[in-house]
Amino acid sequence: MLYAILCYHDEAEVCGWSKEEDDAVIAKRAVVTDRLAVQGRLGPAARLMPTTAAVTIRGGDSLVLDGPFAETKEQLLGFYLIECGSLDEAIATASEMKRGEHGGAFEVRPVSLFKPGSAPA
Amino acid sequence: MTDIAWIETALTSARPRAVAALLRYFHDLDRAEEAFQEACLRALKTWPVNGPPRDASAWLIMVGRNVALDEVRRQRKTQELPTDEAISDLDDVESDLAERLDSDHYRDDVLRLLFICCHPDLPATQQIALALRIVSGLTVKEIARAFLVSEAAMEQRITRAKQRVATANVPYETPGAVERSDRLGAVAAMLYLLFNEGYSASGGSEHVRASLCDEAIRLARLLLRLFPSEPEIMGLTALCLLQHARAPARLDADGSLVLLEDQDRTLWNREMMVEGLALIDKALRHRRPGPYQVQAAIAGVHAHAGSAAETDWQEIAQLYGVLEQLQPSPVVTLNRAVAVSKVRGAAAAFAMIAPLEQRLCGYFHYFGVKGALLKQVGHNAEARVAFNRAIALAHTPAEAAHIRMHLDSLLRDTEPQRRNIRIERPRIRGADK
Repeated sequence: MLYAILCYHDEAEVCGWSKEEDDAVIAKRAVVTDRLAVQGRLGPAARLMPTTAAVTIRGGDSLVLDGPFAETKEQLLGFYLIECGSLDEAIATASEMKRGEHGGAFEVRPVSLFKPGSAPA
Repeated sequence: MTDIAWIETALTSARPRAVAALLRYFHDLDRAEEAFQEACLRALKTWPVNGPPRDASAWLIMVGRNVALDEVRRQRKTQELPTDEAISDLDDVESDLAERLDSDHYRDDVLRLLFICCHPDLPATQQIALALRIVSGLTVKEIARAFLVSEAAMEQRITRAKQRVATANVPYETPGAVERSDRLGAVAAMLYLLFNEGYSASGGSEHVRASLCDEAIRLARLLLRLFPSEPEIMGLTALCLLQHARAPARLDADGSLVLLEDQDRTLWNREMMVEGLALIDKALRHRRPGPYQVQAAIAGVHAHAGSAAETDWQEIAQLYGVLEQLQPSPVVTLNRAVAVSKVRGAAAAFAMIAPLEQRLCGYFHYFGVKGALLKQVGHNAEARVAFNRAIALAHTPAEAAHIRMHLDSLLRDTEPQRRNIRIERPRIRGADK
């Protein structure tokens, strides 16, 4: 079974970390992720840009709003990683996928760091 | 991170929202700051024991309010509010509290807190100092170090600025759309001043000044989180990120300024750069161009160029043309002329800047550009005059040193005349700092 670990934190606080503090957190976690990588059990990992860079696509007719998905009555159910040349293309692609679906939202957020990993599908 | 280091980071990031909300309750800046201070002391005591609250700002606001209302509460023997110990370990109390604090208010609260620092009577440096003190929570000592003045002088400046703000009519009612937009504009201008104070190498250690840039970016991001659909706030944040991303390449080993065209681009902070570019993308979708967006777009063109030679000067010239229409100024025209010189040559650019001389007669860059353009078209004697004028107007040794390089290359080109020409090297303002 593959498991996703979703990282939540107050981004204002994380953005406020010094480079050393940030590095220390990543290094601490790397003890585990390096071990998993050696065992071929580490899948893709990504760090997302701050929510200020996000847009959110709502509803079936693809209403595009600035900012992250911030409601609490819906839950994070999955994600896709896609390669696009521009934000417009990413929004168009996400809107095309979402078309005709009622409710829910897709948040489109640029990825600042990506490691593909090698866990089996 | 130790508990204390973690708590201090959390308190710093919670500060703008918490102080802003406390200001709304008390209508008194000093009391709001004191209440926040007291709440922080309690956080340092209780968080290591009870664990951190889920919403640090809400916790601090509630505790700050409790502290300040303590007196009143005892006197009137009214219903007890929950104690701060109860708040930190009871989730339901906390979420209930967060709801009652009405998150919609945060937005206008924080804007108000930033806006009162922009009082038009306050000179720019005082606006920045005030914002650093009350919004960012920097100590007077830290601010004094950034501005290269004594602690006592900065203390006095901030006290005066606070008095000025306190006697002004601080607008506590919820602003209308126009008023909100005016406030946003004033706050954006102040944040860009703060950024430039850190960016321009006019004094102070590199470390201290870089922290001003970081602070400006932190506050711009905060503003953007609160106003997610404002393209100009996206532009401002992008502009700061893209410029600050170049900081690692801006100074050489001796601390001299390295011009954009000579910078080692591998030293640029890619992470900041891509975030800035992503924000420009987002802003452009609104099709409401503004000066910050255009300036960010110009920085973005540089970010896209792998080397100085690959720079798309045509695009930059066009963007400066847009900026000139949005915000006409001789400095913008001067910058457009630099881009035009790369596309259409020095003669075309010189024709553009000649009419600006009267208005820019005290501007270092004007004479630097004028000298460079004259040199390119072979008018070496006139170029030399312009360069000497630039050196006399230089604010930093680095600026002067750069112009001297031009002068030296002129001398090499015109070796036979050398004996007849005495290059004046006037005292540089600020060089002895």
